[in-house]
Amino acid sequence: MKFGIQVNEGPFTHQASDSAYLFVKAAIEKGHQVMRVFFYYDGVNNANKLSAPQSDDRNLVKLWGALATEHNVDLVVCVAAALRRGIVEENLAEGFRISGLGQLTEVGMAADRLVVFGD
Amino acid sequence: MSDTEIEYDTEGVVKKFMYVNRKAPYGTIYALEVLEAVLISAAFEQHACIVFIDDGVYQIRKGQDTAAINMKNFSKTYGIIAMEKEDADEDEDMDMVWRIIVEKESIEARGLSADDFIVEVEVIASADLAEIMAEQEVVISG
Repeated sequence: MKFGIQVNEGPFTHQASDSAYLFVKAAIEKGHQVMRVFFYYDGVNNANKLSAPQSDDRNLVKLWGALATEHNVDLVVCVAAALRRGIVEENLAEGFRISGLGQLTEVGMAADRLVVFGD
Repeated sequence: MSDTEIEYDTEGVVKKFMYVNRKAPYGTIYALEVLEAVLISAAFEQHACIVFIDDGVYQIRKGQDTAAINMKNFSKTYGIIAMEKEDADEDEDMDMVWRIIVEKESIEARGLSADDFIVEVEVIASADLAEIMAEQEVVISG
């Protein structure tokens, strides 16, 4: 099955990012294709490379980035939402790219299912 | 825009999208950012149900005045959705069906009626809305 994923919340404050990450990881392990993960609203904060969680806790920004580098998952941060929240090229974490809302509509059209993780 | 754009071939694909609005405007940003997503989707000529449930019905309430809270009053922008819907309805060559729906139980619980909104709406009961939702292919919630 081909999945599109939407992440509506930032790291740590809500579980949405964790749930989405674990879902994507499990889907890939089961042989499904994750076409794109689209980060919207506060979800764009998952792409902030300045995030420095406690060292004995998971680092969501790095975990997401690893999905991109190891499994070629397309991680897209919405430019409009990102600008509002101060996510720009200079602080964009590895593995993410900034693009437009059209990328969300496009993956909704192309995937078998769009799964939304929010609050 | 950074890096290479990854594009998927969506030629000829027309799907039923539903945008579910559950939250009041201004208290949180979900109303505004779902609206932005809806407007972008118009360019892709997909079917869309824009649905207002629970406090989401307040997003399209007439008479919004945001001067005192120092926020941009974006309620006029919903008029663009109504225009997109009209264009789609009138254009015989365009196969794009847009519906603007409010949930009946939500407006009744809040003492509202179809006349209280800045756009024309369909008032649909929860059970019937559930059936419409089950027909959708992509459901996006704010």
